[in-house]
Amino acid sequence: MITLTVNGNDYTVDLPPGTPLLWALRDVLNLTGSKYGCGVAACGACTVLIDGQADRACQVPIGDISGPVTTIEGLGPALTAVQQAWIDHQVAQCGYCQSGQIMQATALLSENPKPTDAEIFDAMDGNLCRCGTYPRILAAIRSASTAMGG
Amino acid sequence: MGRARTIARRTFLIGSAAIAGGVAFGWYSYRKALPNPIAGQGLATFTPYVLIDAEGVAIVTPRAEMGQGIHSTLAMLVAEEMDLDWAQVRTLHGPPGQAYYNSAMMREAVPFAPTDEGWLASTARDATDIPARLLGLQLTGGSTSTPDGFDKMRQAGATARLALVLAAARRLGVAADTLSTKDGAVIGPDGTPIPYTDLAVEAASVDLPDPPTLKPREKWNLLGKSMPRTDIPAKSNGTAQYAIDIRLPGMVFASIRRNPSPGAGLASFDAAPALALPGVLKVLPLDGGIAAVANTTWTAFQALDATQITWETPATPLTDALLSADLTAALGTSPEPLPNPVDTDFTADYTVPHLAHATMEPMSAAAWLHDGRLEIWAGSQFPTMGLSVAATAAGLAEEAVDFHTQPMGGGFGRRAESDFIRQAATLAKDLSPTPVLLTWSREEDMAQDMYRPAAMARIRARVTDGLISNFHFATAAGSIMASMAARIGMPNMGPDATTVQGASDQPYDIADYQVTGHTAETRLPLGFWRSVGASQNAFFHDSAMDELAHLAGDDPLTFRMRHLSHPASIKVLETVAAMSGWPASQPGRAKGVAFCMSFGVPVAQVIEVEDTPQGIRMTGAWIAADVGIALDPRNVEAQLSGAMVFGLSAAMRGEITFADGIAQQTNFFDYEPLRLSQCPPITVQVLESGGPIKGVGEPGTPPAAPALANAIFALTGQRIRALPLHHSITFA
Repeated sequence: MITLTVNGNDYTVDLPPGTPLLWALRDVLNLTGSKYGCGVAACGACTVLIDGQADRACQVPIGDISGPVTTIEGLGPALTAVQQAWIDHQVAQCGYCQSGQIMQATALLSENPKPTDAEIFDAMDGNLCRCGTYPRILAAIRSASTAMGG
Repeated sequence: MGRARTIARRTFLIGSAAIAGGVAFGWYSYRKALPNPIAGQGLATFTPYVLIDAEGVAIVTPRAEMGQGIHSTLAMLVAEEMDLDWAQVRTLHGPPGQAYYNSAMMREAVPFAPTDEGWLASTARDATDIPARLLGLQLTGGSTSTPDGFDKMRQAGATARLALVLAAARRLGVAADTLSTKDGAVIGPDGTPIPYTDLAVEAASVDLPDPPTLKPREKWNLLGKSMPRTDIPAKSNGTAQYAIDIRLPGMVFASIRRNPSPGAGLASFDAAPALALPGVLKVLPLDGGIAAVANTTWTAFQALDATQITWETPATPLTDALLSADLTAALGTSPEPLPNPVDTDFTADYTVPHLAHATMEPMSAAAWLHDGRLEIWAGSQFPTMGLSVAATAAGLAEEAVDFHTQPMGGGFGRRAESDFIRQAATLAKDLSPTPVLLTWSREEDMAQDMYRPAAMARIRARVTDGLISNFHFATAAGSIMASMAARIGMPNMGPDATTVQGASDQPYDIADYQVTGHTAETRLPLGFWRSVGASQNAFFHDSAMDELAHLAGDDPLTFRMRHLSHPASIKVLETVAAMSGWPASQPGRAKGVAFCMSFGVPVAQVIEVEDTPQGIRMTGAWIAADVGIALDPRNVEAQLSGAMVFGLSAAMRGEITFADGIAQQTNFFDYEPLRLSQCPPITVQVLESGGPIKGVGEPGTPPAAPALANAIFALTGQRIRALPLHHSITFA
């Protein structure tokens, strides 16, 4: 039995400690906002915050987690500045990668409220989008940064 | 509000579909109304597209939502005519149904150039409405949803509005022309609003005259404006539910692995090591491979890894050399030599590789067989086919299957296939009454794709007095249509027009202009990939145009315009030149241009590249496209720029290669799309010549590859005739 703190709630899951966090979230806790895209940390669709840091949930074994986990579901109920910017810029197309994009951008702006474009690229380059929403992702991050006073 | 009364306003459907010239297929059976798939639901169903219940008005938008925003665009068409408040609009995908047939799908299959709006071409396009209806295709693809829905959906809205107005007139005892409509209500002569929900039951029994006339464009309140998409809030907070997110009580999780050699099956397997893992419930043969069922998807993946599988050996293992030889053989000595050939004639061969779709959401479907019924949740561009396939797999009649079409984590043509739906239905039968979610691994998704075919082109051309006098274009590729027809049990429909799409239909005026398509041996499953044949032919055709411009010593953009008389095509080139400041660039940078008309949309793109110590980097991109009428300009822009990025990903690094029968690429690290830092700023201008309305999901893709290759030539002098470009050049 492994205890996880996710979005402020404590859960006990009966899975082997080597199970990647993503599958505990999706298949046991029914928190399906974090997505499976590649399973090898190549796409970023599963990005969550662990202890406030962006991490790929498909790579982190549940037995190794000591800090609190925040998923896209944990950002609510009110929209964050990042989510509001995503809506204002109408970023999503298919939307499948956007939970991961939003979590990665959330981590970036909490560490660095006023990132340069180079810093945005550096933080976001691990998050793929097959619909090609990149120009709007960039615009939304710049807007969110401004809205957050960065 | 429990009194459900239903009347199907089929007059509207017949009215909208009726066209002259349908005799060939039987006028009676054609005119007979199709069953209304939502009859009996809600308070009133006026047409298959409008449902009014206690919550308000729901609009059925029966096309696959795979990111292109089509649910919002189709809903806008209905909401405009009904005078709905956009903030109150709900959309439903609705069940699969023949009434949701796609007449525009077959329309683009006729052998006439898209610029040909003459009597013969238009008549042939209209006549295609009939077979599509009889086939009951509810297919999303070919950039057809908007042209298909433009009249249908507005007529649905206008019909519903008229019924509501007539009901209000009857209730109030006033003439209908004293009433107006606004924000989801009929407004009485004294200004009192009566909400549509209050009138729905009465409206269902109103006798309607002929289909009402539609609002003229100058009266549009929603259409032509950028409206917030209805699906975006849920896609920004994690609540959008894709098929892979369906969770049901007691659900188990499955994955599948099939022979990575296309066409070869399973020899034997030993599941004992897998069954020893905690959480593994079952390992069974499925669809020529092995499925594992477990308590999580991860455990199912582990079980597949632990199962000792012996695959059949393919009779002829695929290799790049074999597949390439197929193309060379199919092309033969084509194209026809130029008349009186001379040494200065231009001859070039171009090639493109197979491509995977690589949707962000791997293939997935949930299925639950209980109480004699099968429920399926899947992202499908072809739900009528998915339903049929699921019913067969579960051994049920189609009437016993409930098919829930979910939003799709990307489609790009891959979800026009139903293989994963068949597999999920088969598993549900085996596991009944336990619900199951089938999720393919990314590796399975790469290995078991229906690929964009590899293709080759040879072009012979001559420039005479600064203009192209002769242009002979021959291309060879495996047949997508034959491959798909075999999978869905339809007869082969003859020559595959998709092979020459984006080449045979270009609006250039050239005296001796020949395009021929040659079907190569088809050794692996081929499928529709965003922009289909135009995805390769634009690279072939437009690269050659660029080479000929340089041979002629002319400016590449001006040179293209010298060969065009089609006004909309000239206009997009003029526009992209103005937007991009063509041809000027700062030192160390250069621009390339490309043009392709696909799905009836002329698109011109300019890309600027820079030589950096790390390699070639894109510094700007500009798109001008004429869509006829832009219903939602911001969404049109998103589609055009997204489609361009999709094309650039393939152009730079995209390829599926084969060795020992097996696709060599397995995941996003070796099939790597464009990343944020590589994406240039993209500026889009949407033009509206006002001609027939066009769909826009695909036309942005074809010019991307040649625009980039032409820019690289302008910067470096290196002409690259084979994709992906990264084999020839380093990108930053």
